[in-house]
Amino acid sequence: MGDTLLEIQNLHARAGDAQILNGIDLTIRPGEVHAIMGPNGSGKSTLAGVLSGRPGYTVTDGSVRFEEKNLLELEAEERAREGIFLAFQYPVEIPGVTNNYFLKASVNAIREHRGEESLDAIDFLSMAKEKMAIVEMPKDLMARSVNEGFSGGEKKRNEVLQMLLLEPKLAILDETDSGLDIDALRVVASGVNALRDENRSMLVITHYQRLLDYIVPDYVHVLAEGRIQRSGGKELAHELEAKGYGWLGLDEGASA
Amino acid sequence: MSSLLDANERFVALADAIAARDAHPGDAITSLRETGRAAFAERGLPHTRLEEWRYTNLAPLSGLSLEPPSEDGRIDRSLLESLATPVFACGLAVFINGRPQEALGGLPAGDVSLTSLRDADPGTAGRLVDVKQHPLAALSAATTEDGIVVQIPAGVALEHPVHLVFVSSSPDAPSVSSPRVVIEAGAGSRAVVIQDHVSVAGGHAHFTNAVTEVHAGANSDLQLAVIQREDDADIHASNVAVHQERDSRFASHVITLGGRLVRNDLNVVLAGSGAECTMNGLYLGTGDRLIDNHTLVDHAVPHCTSHELYKGVLADDSRGVFRGRVVVRPDAQKTDATQQNPNLLLSDGTEIDTKPQLEIYADDVKCSHGSAIGRIDEEALFYMRARGIGQRDARALLTRGFAAEILATLPGEALAEALTADFVARMTGGTGA
Repeated sequence: MGDTLLEIQNLHARAGDAQILNGIDLTIRPGEVHAIMGPNGSGKSTLAGVLSGRPGYTVTDGSVRFEEKNLLELEAEERAREGIFLAFQYPVEIPGVTNNYFLKASVNAIREHRGEESLDAIDFLSMAKEKMAIVEMPKDLMARSVNEGFSGGEKKRNEVLQMLLLEPKLAILDETDSGLDIDALRVVASGVNALRDENRSMLVITHYQRLLDYIVPDYVHVLAEGRIQRSGGKELAHELEAKGYGWLGLDEGASA
Repeated sequence: MSSLLDANERFVALADAIAARDAHPGDAITSLRETGRAAFAERGLPHTRLEEWRYTNLAPLSGLSLEPPSEDGRIDRSLLESLATPVFACGLAVFINGRPQEALGGLPAGDVSLTSLRDADPGTAGRLVDVKQHPLAALSAATTEDGIVVQIPAGVALEHPVHLVFVSSSPDAPSVSSPRVVIEAGAGSRAVVIQDHVSVAGGHAHFTNAVTEVHAGANSDLQLAVIQREDDADIHASNVAVHQERDSRFASHVITLGGRLVRNDLNVVLAGSGAECTMNGLYLGTGDRLIDNHTLVDHAVPHCTSHELYKGVLADDSRGVFRGRVVVRPDAQKTDATQQNPNLLLSDGTEIDTKPQLEIYADDVKCSHGSAIGRIDEEALFYMRARGIGQRDARALLTRGFAAEILATLPGEALAEALTADFVARMTGGTGA
């Protein structure tokens, strides 16, 4: 755990015209799982958006390095190819494009970047089958349009399936637990845990402590008003759960 | 207007030249030509003051000095296969510039009868299209050289599609071809007919002015795919007229991928109760092309169903026109009619004029219609990019997804795959996105 995978320094960012992030510092080393908790409007999703290259955000100060690269100079697709994966809070429905076709295109785009050979339909399918079993994904979801008509749980499982297929260096989970019942949460968490190893890092963004019972973090950070207000080990999440954000002198629904 | 008048005179002279070089008094072609010539000489080309032609200016056509079509000996089987993929082996008929080429097609067709219009009874063609209402169909009739009559006997279900390939080529001068297709689906028959229009690259503009007449017998089941994928210099007019008898099921798939100026008229008369009609369309505009679809479904009797879905993809500075009329006659109770025209605009230079039009004279009916105009979904685009798919590929994939709803309904997987590939190639070649 010597090297640094992601280094965020003094990050300031706007979403549209609103200043949301007000100086974030965060260092993630290979193999670490960091959780970011915080009330609504604290800047959690903005942080995920800025890191993944989502349009609509402007970085006004600070820097983000990913391995040796200036992350902020890369397009969203380049970040994905370099090994950053964002599990969407609201996975997008894409009519007319089958899940199978989409996932294969995605895997091959990333393989091509890594200098690996493209997978043909048969090789891809056998690889996908193995990963689908991990997230208990019904086979027919592969032949359907991406996320179209999927239940909330199926959409989130599809996100984790993509993550398993793409094997990122850094996975950012943006409120992957929201809207899931306990069974779906368990499946999703076991998919995420299947990917944990000493080289892969995760940034788990959540509103609820519950997820962190299943995906146990190495570090917990509390985000509010666009800054990390407190950092600690996994016990910090339990303290927050017991005492509420008010314990840190923060409003439950602090404004953006 | 003077250029239009000039063009009218030139086109009448063209019709006379075609008739003079190849006269067969008393046959089906001669009677078709005479009726067409009379109607065209009286009315000429349509102009934009006519409601049906408001958004479509025929100047690119009237400006052409058209010659009668020439023989093009360069077209062999391998060129044909590269132009018209997939070419089916059964029931294949090939036309070059409107004339049948038995050496290229003419393979045994099994139960279906394919006859040259020359050998058909006078009056076989021209029954379903009123040339006084359709000026380009009048011109087509006046300039036709041949056509094909496809007869599916009663009770016969064809195993393979009937594939009609129309190759156009104008190596020496702009020229015209006016193929006529007559489909007679016997009672209780089932068939797929593919009418594929392609052109040889290079040379001059070609004007294909096709008329297709479909007689759908009682309880017949017919699918007709009209594929337009000529060169970007070419002009295409298509007039498809369908007459459906009771309990017949007819589906059309009009796929427009090429051509500088394309005008399609599709007119369906639901003449027998229980008839069902599906009208699917997909048009792709690139460059400064114009694609115009005018459809009319006439619910003449009770208990008929029509479902229409035309999807448009417009890039660059292209234009689309859609006008869909649904007429429900006073007696046509229990009609079920839907119509949708969604359009995806890929750039700011595009324009779509869409006009759904319901005319309902009965009171116990279920009818709905709508048009939509949208752009690429930015959230979906980001989702794909966040999965490593580049901007250009992501846009292509999303556009392909939009078109898939129509392409997937095409009869036969091979055809759907070939046209999907063609669609993607033309779209990505055209947008420069």
